[in-house]
Amino acid sequence: MTEIYARLAYPAELAANGALLGLMYALVALGIVLVYKSSAVANLAHGSLVMLGAFVTWAITTHLRFPLALALTAAVLVMAVVGAGIERLALRRMVGQPLIMILMLTLGLEIMLRGLAPAIWGASSRPFSIGISQDPFFVGPLLINRVYLAGGALALVLMLLLMLLFHTRLGVVLRAVSDDYVASWSVGISVERAIGLTWAIAGGLATLAGAVWASVQGIDWTLSLLLLKALAVAILGGLDSIGGAVVAGLLVGVLESVISGYLDPLVGGGTKEVVAAVVILLTILFKPHGLFGREIIERV
Amino acid sequence: MFYRRAGIRHTSYETDSRVLPIPFERRLLGLLVVLALTAPAWLPGLYFSSYLLPWIIWSAAALSLNVLMGWAGQVHLGFASVMAVGAYASVHLVRAGVPFALALVGGGLAAALVGSIFGVPAVRVKGLYLAVSTLALQYVVDWILVHVPAISGGAQATLQVPAPRLLGWELASDTARYYLAFAWCAAVALFTLNMGRTALGRAFVAVREKDYAAEVIGVNTYRYKALAFWISSFLGGVTGAVLAFAYYRAVTPEQFSLDVSIQVAAMVITGGLHSVVGSYFGAGFVLLAPIFLDRFLRAGTALIDVAVPSATLAQLPLVLYGSLIVGFLLIEPLGLAKVYDNVRNYFLVWPFGYARKSGLGR
Repeated sequence: MTEIYARLAYPAELAANGALLGLMYALVALGIVLVYKSSAVANLAHGSLVMLGAFVTWAITTHLRFPLALALTAAVLVMAVVGAGIERLALRRMVGQPLIMILMLTLGLEIMLRGLAPAIWGASSRPFSIGISQDPFFVGPLLINRVYLAGGALALVLMLLLMLLFHTRLGVVLRAVSDDYVASWSVGISVERAIGLTWAIAGGLATLAGAVWASVQGIDWTLSLLLLKALAVAILGGLDSIGGAVVAGLLVGVLESVISGYLDPLVGGGTKEVVAAVVILLTILFKPHGLFGREIIERV
Repeated sequence: MFYRRAGIRHTSYETDSRVLPIPFERRLLGLLVVLALTAPAWLPGLYFSSYLLPWIIWSAAALSLNVLMGWAGQVHLGFASVMAVGAYASVHLVRAGVPFALALVGGGLAAALVGSIFGVPAVRVKGLYLAVSTLALQYVVDWILVHVPAISGGAQATLQVPAPRLLGWELASDTARYYLAFAWCAAVALFTLNMGRTALGRAFVAVREKDYAAEVIGVNTYRYKALAFWISSFLGGVTGAVLAFAYYRAVTPEQFSLDVSIQVAAMVITGGLHSVVGSYFGAGFVLLAPIFLDRFLRAGTALIDVAVPSATLAQLPLVLYGSLIVGFLLIEPLGLAKVYDNVRNYFLVWPFGYARKSGLGR
């Protein structure tokens, strides 16, 4: 009996930490889903928004010496302005352009921000803490990372908040906008303001995700590489499903953690990125709208 | 003024279907070809081997991708991995003793095979989903390249490229390799210029504009999408091989990373989708603009004596490159080709601006 426990402990630990890690991926993916849900734009710059959010939080705590809670609030506000600014100055002018252009624009923004933040604050990696100790935390025999636990909890809370948001008056407006710009205009909805607002919220979400991730891996440009994982999560869950992002996050996290836990020693590392990429490919090949996405049937 | 004509007036189908309908442009192209052919003689070594040579090869890469993105309208964000397949395949073939010319074709065929896999999702999805699936395939191909020792020669390894021998001549000098690159680049340009005049190119354009409308007029959408991926990947694969043999002369997976894919896509977009001359502009712009801007900035900061931290200076090319892409998409979404077209349209009828202008976007 004990032997079975011992054999199960490793995969169970991988799965548990993977699930929490996946929730943290979902934290990043929520921003992508939110923007796609309201404006049908896949924001490939979200990874670097997360990185920028972490840098801004760090800058506010070190230069202005704000306490953490206040610094986070301030950073969320700053990044909300940045998000809304990106929408106002760039995305709004691209309405009606072919999709390649809009994708390239967000990629260009990604490249620009990835260079800009290290250009301002320096390229070296710096540690960051959100006040959660790194002490080991045991649930039964399982070793759980406390930061992952906090990040996972935050992802769940934000998911609930976003779901609530879509049931308020504002949320109904956003849903209307995502359905049809022209119809929304004709009933008196300001489509521009609604989309600007979602970008602002996405900027804020990116900051929170950035702060949590920064306390896991420190702050440098590599935070922007979370984009691939977040895309995998968002696509598997369905690009317009908030709950789907969380479920998909759990799935991707567990898959990635277990598969890389067993395969990495065999092939010499690097399987994590591939797991995310394979998840994207299989989803698109077999169920393009994801697990919970709204299916818009269109023959190709 | 330069063009010495007021608009384009075709009097026969022959002149209408010429590759370059304006005489001045034909002469200009002739001059450019002569300049390019004599470049080894008059261009300083550094400019020649580290600016002109990569520019020509990357133009061929941008043209190859433009066949897919500009003509057939399929988004591809993993083109560098297709080029990597071509490069690795041809290098391995040459090392195995296959003649260089055949190895180039072999590299192209291998790339076309892998590139067709990139096209598989295109049968089911399009637009954003296609873009993301090509992005994901880039990671998968990269991973396979790095982790299969038979291909990459082990992780972190650099595969040395033997000196190519083409039809008995050893391409040992920079100049010889430059002519190889130039010949390939001209071949790709000629192919794409002519493709627009054939049924194939028109079918691609029909698929791009509206796939079901193309079906209605009898264009098999699946077939032409697959064909577009095949052709573009073949050209890209040979370009990758030429890049490896003529420029890098050693292959590592990092030379064909995701960033490079985005760079090639940026070349196509800033140059102008569906434009041959645009691919040259785009490749030159994306490749050379950050270098020159960086130089300019360094000189500027030295001149006005501002101490900019070196870490900041190191990041600036990336920032500039990103902002150039963003700026282009916002200010001139049709790219540098459209800028050229505007200038041409202005001078075509100058000084009689009221005369009818022509849109000859090629």
